[in-house]
Amino acid sequence: MLSYASKRVSVGIVTLLAASIIVFAVLEIVPGDPARLMLGMNATEDAVRTLQEQMGFNQPLISRYFSWLGGLLTGDFGKSYTYSVPVFDLIKERVAVSLPLALISLALSTVIAIPVGLFSASRRGSIADTAAMGAAQIGIAIPNFWFALLLVYVFAVMLRLLPAGGFTGWENGLWPSIKSLILPSIALALPQASILARVTRSSLLDVLGEDYIRTARAKGLSRRRVLYHHALRNALIPVLTILGMQFSFLLAGTIIVENVFYLPGLGRLVFQAITQRDLIVVEGVVILLVATVIIVNLVVDLAYAIVDPRLWSRR
Amino acid sequence: MSTRADLRNVLTNRSFLIGAIITLIIAIMAGLSFMWTPYNVSALDVVAKLKPPSMTHWLGTDHFGRDILSMIMVGSRASILVAFVSVAIGAGIGIPLGLWAAASGGVVDEILMRFNDLVFAFPALLSAVMITAIFGPGAINAIIAIGIFNIPVFARVARGAALSLWVREFVLAARAIGKDEGRITIDHILPNMANVLIIQGTIQFSLGILAEAGLSYVGLGSQPPMPSWGRMLFEAQTMISLAPHMALFPGLAIMMTVLGLNLLGDGLRDLLDPKLRYMR
Repeated sequence: MLSYASKRVSVGIVTLLAASIIVFAVLEIVPGDPARLMLGMNATEDAVRTLQEQMGFNQPLISRYFSWLGGLLTGDFGKSYTYSVPVFDLIKERVAVSLPLALISLALSTVIAIPVGLFSASRRGSIADTAAMGAAQIGIAIPNFWFALLLVYVFAVMLRLLPAGGFTGWENGLWPSIKSLILPSIALALPQASILARVTRSSLLDVLGEDYIRTARAKGLSRRRVLYHHALRNALIPVLTILGMQFSFLLAGTIIVENVFYLPGLGRLVFQAITQRDLIVVEGVVILLVATVIIVNLVVDLAYAIVDPRLWSRR
Repeated sequence: MSTRADLRNVLTNRSFLIGAIITLIIAIMAGLSFMWTPYNVSALDVVAKLKPPSMTHWLGTDHFGRDILSMIMVGSRASILVAFVSVAIGAGIGIPLGLWAAASGGVVDEILMRFNDLVFAFPALLSAVMITAIFGPGAINAIIAIGIFNIPVFARVARGAALSLWVREFVLAARAIGKDEGRITIDHILPNMANVLIIQGTIQFSLGILAEAGLSYVGLGSQPPMPSWGRMLFEAQTMISLAPHMALFPGLAIMMTVLGLNLLGDGLRDLLDPKLRYMR
């Protein structure tokens, strides 16, 4: 188990390095010279060249890559081309909106989905099961930004209970900030919860059809014990996969939903940075999100091994 | 099992029937839009702007007085095209890769899956936004952006399902009678994971429809004057207190399309998975 874990961790690090090369290379090919963009159209050639030297653009690609990478490791993400402030500070500010949003949504969807999936699977074919899965079908089909619009219409325009958008900032009180995250996190959580409930149910049903479940029932174990002790543990493998996928989906999903609610999160930061050709900010956000996904996947893989030892003893 | 019994199964499967009917309606609507729409989608009629649903405009009009039903009909093309091609790219490349990785094990598995992890590490929408931002917004770049993300999804799911099948007794039995890895994959692994792949396929198709809508909502999907469901919702957002019907119908169109495809996939799963059928 330990050797498996250390192997997975080192693979994760290699993946991260490869991802950093891709991000760096992709943004290298984007047209547009940052130095010229920063100085505007009327800048003289000399001024542009001086700035290029200051920012290190005249250095070879490889040394630029390594200085960027070295900076990342020490928390120095460089300076934004348009705002002239450290990218790290910009990101930190925005993570304070996007991360709580993604985590609240993930918690919300898990808390709803797993009990519903378990309930539906254990009462397969009942009216409750049909109703729950019908609701889940509709939940999956609803685009989160449309749901967000409907929530805005009902709770902000009609009932005037919650803000239609914007964010006051954590320093201006906890409640106003949480209030502005309620609708976005519901909008994000609904489709995720629906998917997760379906996966939990179908995975449990697959497992319940296995011979060893019949054996367990045949030797006199109660339905409950078989469900929780034998079936759930095995059924959790696909559920974990989907949970891992969902976290990255939620993080990226905030990009669109943040736009509906005018939330100053990572998504809006990336959008602005792309339109302003502020590549260093784009690089910073992308590599941060990518690193998060890689680490989450690593954790999911390690969780696999704990849940199902067959998977790692086979290697 | 005889053909007649198969047919009876098809006709008594509610998910399949409802899904097939919805999908058919959407497909007919998309096809019809090439020949006929109630109004011309590029004709502006400022006098009739922001009208709620009525006999003349069934789903109302937008802020330029364009007929929303006509725009939804034409907008369906972009959604279906982008989602279909991107799933085909993902499944066509991803499933064989996943099967190959599971069957070979060792170094092949390691390299393929690490490469997969690498692509997979880029959140779909984020990469789609990056790709369309770099190469320019438009339907083709949206297809590529969504399709690339579908590859590791299919590969991972196919490999995961295949791995859990490779340790099963019937595979051991197939090995014992001398079948090689390729044969076992085709004869035993693939049929036994079909349901997982179908479910994933429908999820990816719906995600494709949703991703296309999301991209065009933020202005990176198919471009004006071609109507798209996502951009209709974007335009509806600023009008939400004046004309909520502008936000309602394009969203419903997306929802019904995704719902129809998912029900169809579910129904197919029930029909294709003999194990589940016997349990009933």
